[in-house]
Amino acid sequence: MTARDRRAAWLHVAVLAGLLALQAVLPPFHHTMVARIMVLAAFAVGYNLLLGYTGLMSLGHAMFFAAGVYGAGLPVYYAGLGAGPAMALGVLAGVALAALVGALVLRTSGVAFLIVTMMFAQVVFLTALYFNPITGGDQGLVLTGRLPPVHLFGLELTAASPAVKYNVAWGVLAAALLVTLGLVRSPAGRALVAIRENEERTRMLGYNTFAYKWLAFVTAGGIAALAGAAYALLFSYVGATFASILYSIYPLLWTLLGGVGTTLGPLVGTGIMTYVVDVASGITTSYLLVVGAVLVLLIMRLPAGVMGGVRRRWWPWLP
Amino acid sequence: MIASGHLFLALLEGLVSGLVLALTALGLSLVFGVMRIVNVAHGEFFMLGAVIAWFFSAALGSFGLALLAAPLAVGAIALAADRLILRPIRYAPEATIVATIGLLYILQQLVLMVYGPYARPVDAPVYFRVEFPWFGYSGYKLVVAILAALLLGATWLLISRTRLGLYMRATQQDPDVARAFGVPTERVYAASFALGAMLTAVAGALVVPIQQAHYLMGLDALLLSFMAVIIGGLGSLRGTLAAALLIGLVDGVVSVFFSPTLAKIVASALVALVLVGRSGGLFGEGAT
Repeated sequence: MTARDRRAAWLHVAVLAGLLALQAVLPPFHHTMVARIMVLAAFAVGYNLLLGYTGLMSLGHAMFFAAGVYGAGLPVYYAGLGAGPAMALGVLAGVALAALVGALVLRTSGVAFLIVTMMFAQVVFLTALYFNPITGGDQGLVLTGRLPPVHLFGLELTAASPAVKYNVAWGVLAAALLVTLGLVRSPAGRALVAIRENEERTRMLGYNTFAYKWLAFVTAGGIAALAGAAYALLFSYVGATFASILYSIYPLLWTLLGGVGTTLGPLVGTGIMTYVVDVASGITTSYLLVVGAVLVLLIMRLPAGVMGGVRRRWWPWLP
Repeated sequence: MIASGHLFLALLEGLVSGLVLALTALGLSLVFGVMRIVNVAHGEFFMLGAVIAWFFSAALGSFGLALLAAPLAVGAIALAADRLILRPIRYAPEATIVATIGLLYILQQLVLMVYGPYARPVDAPVYFRVEFPWFGYSGYKLVVAILAALLLGATWLLISRTRLGLYMRATQQDPDVARAFGVPTERVYAASFALGAMLTAVAGALVVPIQQAHYLMGLDALLLSFMAVIIGGLGSLRGTLAAALLIGLVDGVVSVFFSPTLAKIVASALVALVLVGRSGGLFGEGAT
């Protein structure tokens, strides 16, 4: 481990510890907001693996979040499955979908990749609507009271309790960050960055670029599904909205705002945007206007994002 | 006799929606072909065309004037977007995609703010029925089909016979060489972007008496145009045209006999698989 690596590792530990400690002082409203932000940030952290480290811009990442939402939510709603197995099923659904879709979409690149991922996400969205009697379609299903409590060390944990929400959300974010950080720092992560910079050359050097891209795609899909499963169980709601195009654009927006290709960027971007959208939706029903305005301003004025700017100005060692 | 009547109705509906889709998709295809950018906000120009047509026909009491005013207004908006957003980022492919996603939400939400979440109809400017052996058919829909076909023909002439068309084709083939021969490529880009938006806006305005104007109507237009452009081969105008008609007809027939959602699922999956298998599309020779 070089000094640079050590510094980066300490920064991540400090951020995670800070978030864990924050719950002691947050008032109830912000307590729930930060819990939501952490789950959604995990979604964006996974997306950043594709966009930031592999150079693949997907417009269909919502399908994996939705796979987690339905994979975990439906068994709870219909079979009264416990939290642990439900989460595992959610992640499994996302990984399986990502393995299949990845094998297909990674045969394309550039504009075609973008449109194909969007079309596949649309298939998932429409399928959720088509099976309306089971999935609840647009209306969705409310899981409140259906998730049996988990007993751990003599404690009874329910998803309705704010402390459980916060700490599970923290766990999901920590897992997503550690997996990404581990992958990015590994030789496979170096290969991904090489693919981003010049795929042809990387292939000439003897790397199986398809396999590396597939690995990144499946990991990102799995992380998205983990976030989706946690979101469904913690906030007791399953619905087709999570597969809609807006939920494919959100991780793109969060990642760009926070900083493409920085491990902490997605967390920063999700935090800022979730609060901005919350404030805007209190003012007007046209609150998605800020989503559009931020996207345009970012691409014109701050293409590196917040953490990208920090890395350039102050902390060049930022991973 | 009933079944053949159904089929005839389905084909007729398909032809009308196919021609409208052809106008919409041609705009997207033109922008992609000449400028090499994907305009994700394209569907919003369709929606703007419809909403502005509603506004003018309510204010002026004449749908004919609205049909002229809507594309002009949308063309002006497109020129402004090109000048203020796309030109500063130099039409870089990925940045343009992000910027046009932003533009999509800006336009859509501004319309929601000003026009509201309503679906508003406009009375058809002409009202007559064409009697077929099995059923009477709305004469306005046939007018829409004829107008769409005429506009497609006019666009074809514009591209193949005029100086602007020549500039467009030259820029599409090689922007650097075109610039070296004195083609003002930046102005060609602006003109192509505005022309693409205007074609789509006319399509949006034409369907208002049939479908009503709503602030969320752009997404379907965008997805269907994407399908037409992909199946027709990225950047090939002729392919886009053929694919739009094909999609319209197939969609018309399938929707009569099956659930429209199921039809959309199958269509989206097929389009995705076409693009995976042949990135040039079914007709084109691979422009990506």
